[in-house]
Amino acid sequence: MTDLLQPAELEALRLSLEVAAGSVLLSLPPAVGIAWLLTRGRFPGRPLLDAFVHLPLVLPPVAVGYVLLLLFGQRGPLGRWLHEQFGVQLAFTTAGAALATAVMAFPLMVRAIRLSLEHLDPGLEAAARTLGAGPLDRFCTITLPLMLPGVIAGAVTAFAAGLGEFGAVITFAANVPGQTRTIPLALYTAIQSPGGDAPALRLAVLSFVLGLAGLLLAEWLARRIRRSLGR
Amino acid sequence: MLKVAVTKRWEEFDLQVRFQVPTPGVVALFGRSGCGKSTTVNLVAGLVTPDSGRIELDGQVLEDTDYRISVPAEQRAIGYVFQDSRLFPHFSVAGNLRYGLERAGARAASASIGFEPVVSLLGLGGLLHRRPHQLSGGERQRVSLGRALLSQPRLLLLDEPLASLDVARREEVLPYLEALRDTLSIPMMYVSHQFEEVLRLATHIVVMDAGKVLAQGPVSEVSLMPEMRAVLGADAIGAVLDGVIENTADSRGISGVRIGRGILMVSLRGLAVGTRVRVQLLARDIILAIEPPRGLSVRNALEGKVTEVTADDHDAHLVKVDIGGATVLSRVTADAVAELRLRPGLTVWVLVKAVSTRGHAFPVT
Repeated sequence: MTDLLQPAELEALRLSLEVAAGSVLLSLPPAVGIAWLLTRGRFPGRPLLDAFVHLPLVLPPVAVGYVLLLLFGQRGPLGRWLHEQFGVQLAFTTAGAALATAVMAFPLMVRAIRLSLEHLDPGLEAAARTLGAGPLDRFCTITLPLMLPGVIAGAVTAFAAGLGEFGAVITFAANVPGQTRTIPLALYTAIQSPGGDAPALRLAVLSFVLGLAGLLLAEWLARRIRRSLGR
Repeated sequence: MLKVAVTKRWEEFDLQVRFQVPTPGVVALFGRSGCGKSTTVNLVAGLVTPDSGRIELDGQVLEDTDYRISVPAEQRAIGYVFQDSRLFPHFSVAGNLRYGLERAGARAASASIGFEPVVSLLGLGGLLHRRPHQLSGGERQRVSLGRALLSQPRLLLLDEPLASLDVARREEVLPYLEALRDTLSIPMMYVSHQFEEVLRLATHIVVMDAGKVLAQGPVSEVSLMPEMRAVLGADAIGAVLDGVIENTADSRGISGVRIGRGILMVSLRGLAVGTRVRVQLLARDIILAIEPPRGLSVRNALEGKVTEVTADDHDAHLVKVDIGGATVLSRVTADAVAELRLRPGLTVWVLVKAVSTRGHAFPVT
């Protein structure tokens, strides 16, 4: 690996993995909650919430990054609060890149989890009730394990997509080497610099391999779990 | 005692049920598909909330809309066997069986129903490590039954547990249900639209039609009520009689069953003298004679008195005859009623072919 990639490219790979993993951890719990609300919840604003969750799919990523900058930037309301309360800065940091990536991949994750929830027979939860299981108990022992195929598929897809997030990251977290310069940002930088053809090609191939591996892994995991559930 | 008096309304459907059944005992909730049986069971389980009314089980109020009492389903300790079994696909059979047991809390400590006895009663020993998708339909229902039993229920609800099975599988599961009734004293409420199952299992029956209760009481009493005619149809009505085997002629495949003060010869084999049995005599199979018959192949000629004659439809009548401590129902033509001048108080002989009787062991009353 070290023979194939330059140190700067290796660092971009490490950052991409870090940012993608961080974004999955950040978005997974709310994605499970939102997916559950959208499938089972009966409340007036449901279509609006549904549309809102899917916004990152249709908005220009740069716009998403800009909104994040307005909210979480040093002078943004949330950014200032986070900085004063916890000393956390998001804009122009790795954590910020993870947040931007999480927002972009959120709809993908919600979709996958929702799909598995829609296939879940509510009758099983009713059966658990008659056997003495309260709401939290039911969710942990019946609902969550049965939606696991969707959760894992969603997480892996979001991870793979997160490796390549560009627009939102560069707008919100900028292109800081060693901080936020992930594979796509490094690729962009290479294309912009004279004599960057070789590193650009290597980074493009790397993206291709990572993306393919991620999608194959997601499919394999989902199939394995489905089989263990007998479907 | 289970007391139910509730209403529930949906767009098209209006449910108003009111009944009382003793516990323990097996009560059948009987009626055509779509008459509101499953909704009634769901109301008792707490899976559906009534618009108004009250549900009480052995003195504990489970639901009372006037006092805003509604015990959540998970706290009712009411077991439920669903038509589609609803086993948890991510647990093994053993995991499914233990799910309710682990949540029974204090009730499990005094565990009246242990894991091993249930496994052996339902013949689940060889299945414990299997996953639900590796089971046959009949096995699935047995596991579902065991799972509900192990949650130590105060009442067991069975919503057409055999409806999704073919005839052979039904015959495989029915004996387990009978064994359950005879060995455990758990009150059961059994939903069915098959009168055959009611006959095999139930001590009491609540007959429903279009969201209302038509009749209720012990099966033998309700079997004589005119409401049964509407639900069962003319060919399937008939008296249900509980009796005791008095003598057997096993080699000939018939047994004498004491019913009231008389003895009825029934085609039954393999049961010992003293066994409690239940016999159904279909009204269409019963012949009435106004003189003592002679020289007939019929095995049974019981003397009795006509108590009631009612028009069934334009060309048939239903005649009730008291045969001494028990009543049978006969469906005869209007023509015969006129010719024999059948009327209350008249002495008649009830002729029943032994082969047209259906009997089976029924230990509880």
